[in-house]
Amino acid sequence: MSKRVPLEGSFAAAEAARMADVDVIAAYPITPQSHIIERLADFVANGELNAAYIPVESEHSAMSACWGASGAGARTFTATASQGFFLMHEVLYFVAGMRLPVVMTVANRAVGPPTNIWGDHSDAMSARDTGWIQIFAANNQEIFDFVLSCFRFCEDPRVLLPAMVHLDGFTLSHVVEPVILPEQEEVNRFLPKYQHPYVYDTDKPMSYGIVMSPDTYAEVKKAQDITLRESKEVILQAWKEFGDIFGRYYSPIEGYRSQGAKTLLMSTGALSETAKVAIDRKRDRGEDVGLLTLHLWRPFPFQELYEALKDAETLIVFDRSISLGGPGGPIISEVKSALFDRRRDIKFAGLVGALCGRNPSVEQFEEIIDRGREIAEKGSSEVLETIGIRG
Amino acid sequence: MESEVIKFGKNLVAKDEFLSSGHRACQGCGSALLIRLALKALGKDTIVCVPAGCWSGVGSMYPETAWEVPWMQTLFENSSAVASGIESAFRILMEKGRIPEKHVNFLALAGDGATNDIGVAALSGVLERGHDIVYICMDNEAYMNTGIQRSSATPYGAATTTSPAGKVVPGQTTWKKDMPAIVAAHEIPYVATACPSYPFDLMNKVRKAAEAKGPGYVHVLSPCPTGWRFPPQLTVEIGRLAVETGFFPLYEVEDGRYKLNVDRPTLKPVLDYLKPQGRFRHLSEKQIDKIQARVNRKYAELKARVTAQAA
Ligand SMILES: Cc1ncc(C[n+]2csc(CCOP(=O)(O)OP(=O)(O)O)c2C)c(N)n1
Ligand code: SF4
Ligand SMILES: [Mg+2]
Repeated sequence: MSKRVPLEGSFAAAEAARMADVDVIAAYPITPQSHIIERLADFVANGELNAAYIPVESEHSAMSACWGASGAGARTFTATASQGFFLMHEVLYFVAGMRLPVVMTVANRAVGPPTNIWGDHSDAMSARDTGWIQIFAANNQEIFDFVLSCFRFCEDPRVLLPAMVHLDGFTLSHVVEPVILPEQEEVNRFLPKYQHPYVYDTDKPMSYGIVMSPDTYAEVKKAQDITLRESKEVILQAWKEFGDIFGRYYSPIEGYRSQGAKTLLMSTGALSETAKVAIDRKRDRGEDVGLLTLHLWRPFPFQELYEALKDAETLIVFDRSISLGGPGGPIISEVKSALFDRRRDIKFAGLVGALCGRNPSVEQFEEIIDRGREIAEKGSSEVLETIGIRG
Repeated sequence: MESEVIKFGKNLVAKDEFLSSGHRACQGCGSALLIRLALKALGKDTIVCVPAGCWSGVGSMYPETAWEVPWMQTLFENSSAVASGIESAFRILMEKGRIPEKHVNFLALAGDGATNDIGVAALSGVLERGHDIVYICMDNEAYMNTGIQRSSATPYGAATTTSPAGKVVPGQTTWKKDMPAIVAAHEIPYVATACPSYPFDLMNKVRKAAEAKGPGYVHVLSPCPTGWRFPPQLTVEIGRLAVETGFFPLYEVEDGRYKLNVDRPTLKPVLDYLKPQGRFRHLSEKQIDKIQARVNRKYAELKARVTAQAA
């Protein structure tokens, strides 16, 4: 029997790694990620998880050790945030390019300066071209479910790519919510043992990460891109099977009262939960609005986006990060480019806010929708529209 | 340590080659010799991590590879950390019964830039955590792969492309960082210096580093004809001169105990070592005296430590 327990988001992540019976954890602490790796250290210290726990001296080494471990055939997990995430950056490309299914949780946090510890999605967005699968969780149950399911599809021989599960710093990492934990036997049914087809084996010596000339490099990169795109089908299959076993079904873009709605708000992560309340209030007042929560950021879910917007006339995208000097927020710019050839009729508005933990209230989400509708109708002279930011 | 000593004599050294001929290293590359010997000492069951540097490129270019053991290119600063991940994975997978028990050597094989400079924090972490890996520093005393730029291993006075011998500044202005001492300060079971000009000494040290329970570190002076500017047929001789002048003493630190492996009653003058190398060509007599004084002091310190421990 599965059980419903109160769990902090960080503990939900650690619990998923424990139930996945990870073999190696290499991690370095940073707020607001620390509870995840502290919890895992407890599991190992208490014999509740038989894993090698490598308390590295930096995040660069954390991801490097994960690379070695995953390549050697170990199920491998780590977690980080913000500055630590940036220190890993160079290694992220290699782990993806070396086709290693490392799973990482990122307790998303703003980027300094100014020095800070509070949540937003600026760290996550910097990784969009690294070749990792990126998934945003909106609540603690999703953290558990996504981490568990990541092992499943990342380790699939058709994929062999790493994934990061994003959870909003503090808003999820430090907040206790009820989480349904499955039976170990159910997890085992869902998650086969990890078997990489090209592990480091002295009986079958191979050279990895070899130098390539301009003659062949581009083909490898194209193949990597195709694999990442095609991983979506494997993710969908895994989520379907996950639903059949655990009773919770997931999709790349989750709709909330969005069927047939003329105006849609798109949001990512924990703030979608606040946005849902704002949608309810507006619906109660007879307004025709719905919410789309973007779970899968990489590979970008083009098809699901087209379908979700079938009946929509207006799309308001709320970004929790800023693309300095660029076209507003990263999500609005990608959504617009994805729709450019398909849906010239849609009116857009992109708003940036909730930076560094300044989370909008329900009322502010209502305002986001109102302002968004206005911008979409009348247009705006500003490239960057913000909400709740002075100046 | 109960290492089976590799003795002089061609029949006593493994005939297996794990670095095949045809690689793209320069003629007379001291590191090529070092790798060939080190892999003979370690044998087939060795997994090699090589960071950016000459040997991330010259040993392989798709679709060819000279490496006959599992080999990977790592980032410039993380070969030690990647090796620590591999070691941890093998250990836990064996413990969980998922792979068969067998002894495998995990070798990080890195340049002086990767070791002394950009990778020093990662290496320190791996040593402090006690991973059972072998770390070999191929010290050719500069960033050769990128065009002979100075590193913290470049000796005082040497001309490189970023410490050029100019009209005002005469080459490298700092003294070589004492990396083996820094490593020894981690109190790991085995630290040694070596040079491919002393092949049996080198092979024995690599083997001891592998047999040590925990990290083993071998710092190898690898003469580089291209970067040091000497004719490629002099590689072995230059390496010998480095040792015979006391410029690069061969010693080992086994569980904290220092031992000099080559100790000559009198050292040759450092000039014998400096003279054949283009990188030192510009040095004045005064600078050479300064180098000689430094070599004398460091060598005396080393000897004093050995003698004190023996007493
Ligand atoms: C992070 C990073 N910075 C810089 C470089 C460029 N780079 C590649 S190899 C190298 C020098 C390598 O020097 P060393 O470790 O001494 O090896 P050698 O080439 O001398 O064998 C440099 C600077 C890099 N690859 N990665
Ligand atoms: S530059 Fe020096 S170290 Fe590099 S391959 Fe040539 S000889 Fe060897
Ligand atoms: Mg070098």
